[in-house]
Amino acid sequence: MTVEVWTTILVIISFITYLYIGWRSRVKDTKGFFVADQGVPALANGAATAADWMSAASFISMAGLISFLGYDGSIYLMGWTGGYVLLALLLAPYLRKFGKYTVPDFVGDRYYSKFARLIAAIAAIFVSLTYVAGQMRGVGIVFSRFLQVDISTGVVIGMVIVAFFAILGGMKGITWTQVVQYCVLIVAYLIPAIAISQTLTGNPIPQLGFTFSDIVEQLNGIQVDLGFQEYTAAFANKSKVDVLMITLALMLGTAGLPHVIVRFYTVPDVKGARYSAGWALLFIAILYTSAPALASFARYNLIDSLHDKTIEEVQDLRWATQWEKTGLLGFEDKNGDGKIQLTPDDDTNEIKIDRDIIVLATPEVAKLAPWAIALVAAGGLAAALSTASGLLLVISSAVAHDLYYRLINPAATEGQRLMVGRFMVGVAIVVAGYFGINPPGFVAQVVALAFGLAAASFFPAIVLGIFDKRTNREGAIAGMLVGLISTTAYIVMIKFGGAEPWFFGISAEGFGTIGMVLNFTTTLIVSRFTPAPPREIQELVANVREPDHAPEPLSDIGEEQLD
Amino acid sequence: MNRSESRSEYRAKSSAYWRANIALIRNLLLIWAFVSIGCSILFVEALNQIQLGGVPLGFWMAQQGSIYTFVILIFVYAFQMDKLDRRFKDSVKNIDTDSSSTDTN
Repeated sequence: MTVEVWTTILVIISFITYLYIGWRSRVKDTKGFFVADQGVPALANGAATAADWMSAASFISMAGLISFLGYDGSIYLMGWTGGYVLLALLLAPYLRKFGKYTVPDFVGDRYYSKFARLIAAIAAIFVSLTYVAGQMRGVGIVFSRFLQVDISTGVVIGMVIVAFFAILGGMKGITWTQVVQYCVLIVAYLIPAIAISQTLTGNPIPQLGFTFSDIVEQLNGIQVDLGFQEYTAAFANKSKVDVLMITLALMLGTAGLPHVIVRFYTVPDVKGARYSAGWALLFIAILYTSAPALASFARYNLIDSLHDKTIEEVQDLRWATQWEKTGLLGFEDKNGDGKIQLTPDDDTNEIKIDRDIIVLATPEVAKLAPWAIALVAAGGLAAALSTASGLLLVISSAVAHDLYYRLINPAATEGQRLMVGRFMVGVAIVVAGYFGINPPGFVAQVVALAFGLAAASFFPAIVLGIFDKRTNREGAIAGMLVGLISTTAYIVMIKFGGAEPWFFGISAEGFGTIGMVLNFTTTLIVSRFTPAPPREIQELVANVREPDHAPEPLSDIGEEQLD
Repeated sequence: MNRSESRSEYRAKSSAYWRANIALIRNLLLIWAFVSIGCSILFVEALNQIQLGGVPLGFWMAQQGSIYTFVILIFVYAFQMDKLDRRFKDSVKNIDTDSSSTDTN
């Protein structure tokens, strides 16, 4: 059977599974819809979080990025994993103890302010919308490359599938589909990685082959021969300060992204929140430690099989000619010597390699069976759909719960709230689909903004809300506004205004760290000069800090009633 | 024991629990910063002088070692907190709880 037939079969099987799970987990109330009845076991929530987190970009583009950046690609590896330590130690257990439905819920309640809730809700919607557009685009691209379906048709098919399980099952449907999607995507990622590791290093475990073979050393040698920096050389493309700031901004942003935080509301208790953060990072780490191995293997392999070869030799490679057709791989014998060469200089370089090809073409380069190649398509779709569905739910809950129920119509019945929630998922899917079909030019630019804003707004507001009882409404609002405005201003200046990164050479992606520091400082100072939070808020904080089900002697409420 | 005494005793246990939690978080975050900011970024050039298997150590820390450490740190935290939670619950069990004890969850 051909790759295309296999792809069709695997994609249809996986879609039917997602639809079946969505139907099985349909919900009747808002607790089920927004937080999956708080009944998701820690291990399952870990897998769901991992699928939620790893997007089309992690699956398709990250290894490629690393293979072009070498050491400097570590900003993504550490940035997108280190945040989970912050999440597990500083946020997740306390937010679970708090026990409400959304991130703006915590901000609004802790800072006893509708305005704070409004800022948080708008930031959550903005951050999630930017992110989801890219996912829908990813769905379309996978469809078009593997099934020769038009991108728009691919996006529409993806929309229908997500709409089905997200509208019926809300967070519950999304969670259980994400568990399955994690399994699909990790198998799809590991099979080619293991195969190419076995071929190049003789060790089937990519992490070990990467560390204990001489492949990286050889790659260093080849890179230097071709005029590139050594693959392992630090700070070849970015300065040390910039690498530090970007890594930190990605970590803080990861810990502050609402669609990740909200997953920890769905476990049964505080203990579950701690362990599921561990499981989530373990599941993520399986892919994230394979990616740098795959990146170096693929780079070695590409240079080895293409560089200094004659045009005829290259045309004999079936995968090379096939990917040339897609435009992701291109050859041009510029100096007319009958051979093609890879060089760091654009004017003399004769091989054009798109970074997405690293993951997408590896199975063919490693000469895997057609079904394994087809699995990569199903895996890419699983990665994109799972992330999209998690983001859609955040948008829906921010509108239906925070804006509609808590701010506009507090008298809304359970049925009305559930209906608005379902309706908003539908609206969000249509908006996301529209951006997927007509991608605005600014999508790539605003992803930096999503992380920067999450780092500069949510992270400090939540951490101080838990760890500093003295932080009050005035401080938190001032801090969030300073963080949001400074970060937006800097990123817009650089990405849209064309300014040089004037602040210590920190690029737009790294400014979230500075925004976070500004937010922290502002919040602490303003809080000290304004009235302390009311007593019931201090009690809320005290309660959030204690383990759940602690026997409480003579509860404060009881004693007050005696007075 | 009267009510205000047992209440202040409970508060003392509760703040001891919180202090222990903060100390644990601080220690784990120091390790977190050491492997990611320290070994993988600030001192990476120095560590790259050492080889681990076929790769320079600093590079390996940035692309493998730090991630493994992150996973271990979270599980250590979860495990240690289980112990702290248990100790806290045991220590407050002896405080008079016969009256209006409410489950706040």
